[in-house]
Amino acid sequence: MTTATSSLALAEAGVDPERVRPAGLRARRRPLLPIIYWVVVGIMLVPILAMVVYSFNVAPNHRMSYVWHGFTLSYYAHLTDLSGLWQAFLLSIVIAVLSGVISVIIAVPLALALERYRFLGRTLLSGVVFVDIAAPSIVVGASALSFFLSIGLHTGVLTILLVHITFNVAYAVITLRARLSGNGTALEEAAADLGASPLSAFFRVTLPILTPGIVASFMLALAMSIDDYVITSFVAGSATTFPLFVYGVKTGLPPQVLCMGTIIFVVGLLLALLNGALSRRVRA
Amino acid sequence: MTTVDTSAIPVAGRGGASASRRAAPYLLAFVGAAWLVVLFLVPLISGLLVSLMTGNPEQGYALTWNWAIYRDVIAGGNVPYLLFLGRALFYGATATVLTIVIGYPMAYFIAFRVSQRWKTPLLSLVMISFLVSFVLRINMWKFLLGNDGPVISALHALPFVPADFHILGTSAAVIGTMTYNDLAFMVLPIYVALERIDPSLHEAARDLYGHRRSVFLRVTLPLSRAGIFSGILLVFIDCAGDPVNSQIMGGTGTTVIGQAIQTAYLTNQQYNVAAALSTILMVALGIILFAYARVFGTDNIEDLV
Repeated sequence: MTTATSSLALAEAGVDPERVRPAGLRARRRPLLPIIYWVVVGIMLVPILAMVVYSFNVAPNHRMSYVWHGFTLSYYAHLTDLSGLWQAFLLSIVIAVLSGVISVIIAVPLALALERYRFLGRTLLSGVVFVDIAAPSIVVGASALSFFLSIGLHTGVLTILLVHITFNVAYAVITLRARLSGNGTALEEAAADLGASPLSAFFRVTLPILTPGIVASFMLALAMSIDDYVITSFVAGSATTFPLFVYGVKTGLPPQVLCMGTIIFVVGLLLALLNGALSRRVRA
Repeated sequence: MTTVDTSAIPVAGRGGASASRRAAPYLLAFVGAAWLVVLFLVPLISGLLVSLMTGNPEQGYALTWNWAIYRDVIAGGNVPYLLFLGRALFYGATATVLTIVIGYPMAYFIAFRVSQRWKTPLLSLVMISFLVSFVLRINMWKFLLGNDGPVISALHALPFVPADFHILGTSAAVIGTMTYNDLAFMVLPIYVALERIDPSLHEAARDLYGHRRSVFLRVTLPLSRAGIFSGILLVFIDCAGDPVNSQIMGGTGTTVIGQAIQTAYLTNQQYNVAAALSTILMVALGIILFAYARVFGTDNIEDLV
């Protein structure tokens, strides 16, 4: 009874009763959970760690090998020696950025319509968005290829871009709708009452509300696009993106691929840390 | 549903405003809807319709409503497509169960056992793998788990490990990397569902002398059902259709439906066979997920993803 009342009082004071308990007591109660968490995270980091370490290993046959032949930076200095790697990387970046920007531009009005209005075809449209995410990549890729073939569009960079925008629109709509669903239209109405035109209400009220969602969908789009292999493999034609390039290497990875992977990892990590630091600052 | 422009009514005049209000959602949705219909819905439906066409790559395909293709693919022919489908579903289901078994405690740990400021860093750590292309990561696993690699060498040093023990080429290797790849897709939605649970419910359950296990089984687990379901949706569909894990980690005995579709399409150019296999895969996934939703009960499926 006393615990009940005291935790109630704490809850009323806005304090989570769980947090008031000494940390050591909690840890002793369930040591299993942190152990599971850290062991699994450790295992998940193994291939990344191996990639970073072996990117510095001398590779006599220009293929990564188990034996440590010595530390070198030469593969970082000669990234472009491996023909096609640099072009594949650049193509991946260009497609990721373009598909990210275009899919967000398409998704913002669509998400607003789906979240804030009732209209004919709304259920069907959100169903299509759902199926776009749920359908297996292999089916989406195969269908996209047969569609492009049937309308006589040559597969290549353009078709890769089109399919990437298509799956990114769906992810962006889901992300933006989640952001919009919490808040109603009260702020826009207030803006209109104060004499703002619908257009300036959009740019000065709705868009700032949406900004975190837009950033999140853009980041997600970048990640989905850079990493996609299955769908891209169907519609790529003779074009090669970074995942296609890595996949195309048959016998052992060349060290430059590991260097490129390490560079992308480090840059991504720095961007994520920067993003985290900035958002913490905004909140503070 | 009030809209952005309705509040402009007093100024703009009632008739005009309500007309623009009615038009607004269509104007907003037009580009996105057109894009999804033209580049997703039409290709998907026409792509699946290709299964009913006959012909060959040289002379082209014509729609002949050849339903017999489904019988041929399932029963006849010299390629055991049904086995490939069954194997893919088995791999997908096993990997999904493993992601729940491993991912649930992780999500629970982050949601209930750490302070607020550590939640985002710990979640980010689960997702950190996404910064490296998954094709590259699976290739690193293949490298590390290879027959001359460090893991197998270390295992062979143990007395009870048989000399021909290997990991690559086995179903376990394929299921293992599937689980590894998709773990974050299970942890995230479960975490979100657990976060939403009102802590006072736990307090209430404990005050009512609920044992720790029964609090979990009767309060926490049912309330995180929606999260588990969206995790299952993401992981199971992704794994069941995936050709990559089996191609890189597996061997001759691990061929799955995803690889069969790829081969039929890109190597043999049997477009109708590939389309029939795609349709069968879609239908099988649809039936399984619908049955799951029916048995375990779930809210509106659309709200979950």
